[in-house]
Amino acid sequence: MLGRTAHGLFWMFRYLERAENTARLLDAGLRMSLTRDLVTAEEEWRSVIRTSGQREYYEASNQTYTGVQAWNYLLRDKNNPMSVRDMLEAVRTNARVARNAISGEVWEAVNESWMEIDETLKKPVSQGDLGDVLRMVRRAGTLVHGAMNDSMLRNAGFHFARAGMFVERTDSTARILDIKYYLLLPSLSYVGSSLDAGQWDTVLRSVSGDRAYRWLNAGTISARGIVEFLTLDDRFPRSLAFCQSALRDELRALARLHKVEGRSNELMREADMRLSDKTVEDVFEMGLHQFLVDTMNTNAAIAHAIAEDYRFHA
Amino acid sequence: MAKGNAPFDEMRDTDGSVRPAYGSYCDWFDQQDNDWLRRKHSDAESKFRRTGITFNVYGEDEAEERLIPFDMVPRVIDAGEWRKLTRGIEQRVSALNAFMYDLYHRQEIIRAGRIPERLFRQNEAWLANMVGFTPPGGVYTHIVGIDLVRTEDGFFVLEDNARTPSGVSYMLENRETMMALFPDLFMQVPVEGVSNYPRRLAKSLAACAPPATDGKPLVAVLTPGIYNSAYYEHAFLADQMGAELVEGSDLRVVDGRVSMRTTRGYEPVDVLYRRVDDEFLDPLTFNPDSQLGVPGIMDVYRSGGITIANAPGTGVCDDKAIYSFMPEIVEFYTGEKPLLPNVETWRCAEEESLKYVLDNLSELVVKEVHGSGGYGMLIGPTSTKKQIEEFRKKIEADPQGYIAQPTLALSTCPIFGESGLVPRHVDLRPYVLVSPDGIDITPGGLTRVALEEGSLVVNSSQGGGTKDTWVLKE
Repeated sequence: MLGRTAHGLFWMFRYLERAENTARLLDAGLRMSLTRDLVTAEEEWRSVIRTSGQREYYEASNQTYTGVQAWNYLLRDKNNPMSVRDMLEAVRTNARVARNAISGEVWEAVNESWMEIDETLKKPVSQGDLGDVLRMVRRAGTLVHGAMNDSMLRNAGFHFARAGMFVERTDSTARILDIKYYLLLPSLSYVGSSLDAGQWDTVLRSVSGDRAYRWLNAGTISARGIVEFLTLDDRFPRSLAFCQSALRDELRALARLHKVEGRSNELMREADMRLSDKTVEDVFEMGLHQFLVDTMNTNAAIAHAIAEDYRFHA
Repeated sequence: MAKGNAPFDEMRDTDGSVRPAYGSYCDWFDQQDNDWLRRKHSDAESKFRRTGITFNVYGEDEAEERLIPFDMVPRVIDAGEWRKLTRGIEQRVSALNAFMYDLYHRQEIIRAGRIPERLFRQNEAWLANMVGFTPPGGVYTHIVGIDLVRTEDGFFVLEDNARTPSGVSYMLENRETMMALFPDLFMQVPVEGVSNYPRRLAKSLAACAPPATDGKPLVAVLTPGIYNSAYYEHAFLADQMGAELVEGSDLRVVDGRVSMRTTRGYEPVDVLYRRVDDEFLDPLTFNPDSQLGVPGIMDVYRSGGITIANAPGTGVCDDKAIYSFMPEIVEFYTGEKPLLPNVETWRCAEEESLKYVLDNLSELVVKEVHGSGGYGMLIGPTSTKKQIEEFRKKIEADPQGYIAQPTLALSTCPIFGESGLVPRHVDLRPYVLVSPDGIDITPGGLTRVALEEGSLVVNSSQGGGTKDTWVLKE
């Protein structure tokens, strides 16, 4: 496989994951703004924009944080280089680059979703339409992943695509937790005290984990429980432990196919060592923020090593 | 258009009766409901959009990717007619290949005085670097598209495309679309398949592998990239052949071989089906600013390290002044009279012809000898006095740059329009593969159709559409 094609697949799935995550973030924000007072809602939209890493760009063209501003900015604003629209266009462009490495079904899923969403996002999105638009974005992801699982050859291309997806997801989950970590700070000394359940519900919703969490914890919301769930619970497909384990599998498969281990495998082993046998108490002791920053840095280093190991660039 | 006479219609005879080749199709068509057909027509368009069969238009922001309009009435050719055509095409293509060899070696045809030396001396497509070099297998024109038109006098060759003929993906996708829309039709009418074209192409290219090949030849398609107007076709062909789709930035010369950067390191390419023009192929030899090619590829080529398809320098064949000598060229290399005639052509380089052309501009089609894609031409009968006078000045300033042909009554074939079937002018481009194993013509081709009533311009860049092309089984 060409290095450029591997790069295309890796980024195609990173952007797809990022677009889906932005949709989840908006979904959680919408929920919050519907159930809370205006001040809390504004705070929530501010945090949504921060989580997306777009605060500076946003504030260059917006003075206030209202829902309609925030979601239009994240979905379709021309000044936002990482709008959902632009990300999905990048998904399609990368799919075109890697056209030979994806099946016709994957390509059609990408292309059709793109045509539909591009058309929808030509106009500003009203509150009434937001739910439909977000569903459309999530459905695009579901369609592409489904087509990929059912129709793609399990060769290097498949593993590059999945590696891109889990690198992005790790980053996203860590970022969401990190933006909200201050809500947990009191938790060590206030274990068992009443948390702002609504805030935590938002965090869980941002990773589509609210339902899974309730199932596992019989409805009790605790800071410890949530942090454990999102970092160490390898049953939940958006937890850091799950993403890391999945990424490790993809990198192992790539090393096996290429008959050589690279820097990316080495870094992955180091990351594994840091996470293995950790308890949530260890995480709190280290400091959640520090733990998340380390996770994001290691993740970025792995992504960089993948590009080097597999010659993404000339 | 010849005055007074209606042009030859592919479907119906002059008395209105259906020609035998269209018999089964018309039986089927008459049983269909018009509204249902109209719905199918829009289905076809959304299928094309979904699969992304688009071409990019330069300089248009909003409509960056456009569809080439598809018409769902097939162009049908019966088995006997096709057999005759293929004999003529084979003869012409083998002459073209022999001509290329001769032009870059002893130039016997010029020594024999059959064509003037100036023809290639002034030809920008002629490459001095190719002199004395024989490409692997002796093949220059690996893939050729012969543009044919039909009048009441039969088929004529309008143009030879030996540089980088495009459009073959439309031949394939038009058929896929027709089979998806009207499966029952294909049960009633026995049509030759075209879908194995990519396999035939892969086999034909592999048969031209260079001496340096070790084991199974590795074939790659070289594209200028995703913003090229034909990118869809490049990706499609590579995908269908199971070949790599590479860009210039993926390639570099490593240990005397052109190699591609894979996730494992650099691996040599044996056969490069390039969809990049000669001048961009090698910045060391041609255009030094080119980012699309591979520095040093021409040296590797000349030392037997890679096959380039088509061979650099074959663009000479596309020249319309060379075209005008094709009857002589065919006879010189095959020893036979051409089976497929040329359209009568006046070379403005010759004094008497020039006079005739200038006296009859309003009735002729005048073309630039190096032009292509329907650009830079004058269609006398549909032009204004002012346009004709402007063109006259251009011809007078550079007579060697132009040839002229009569305005042909191109045959018509019905398209499915708002008010049912209406005749529109068509041409036909069959695709021909050349390898040491022989000449291989896929039974079918690309039928281009002018969608405007009376228009003779079928080019997709100027509003033409395409049709599925059926060759009936024996």
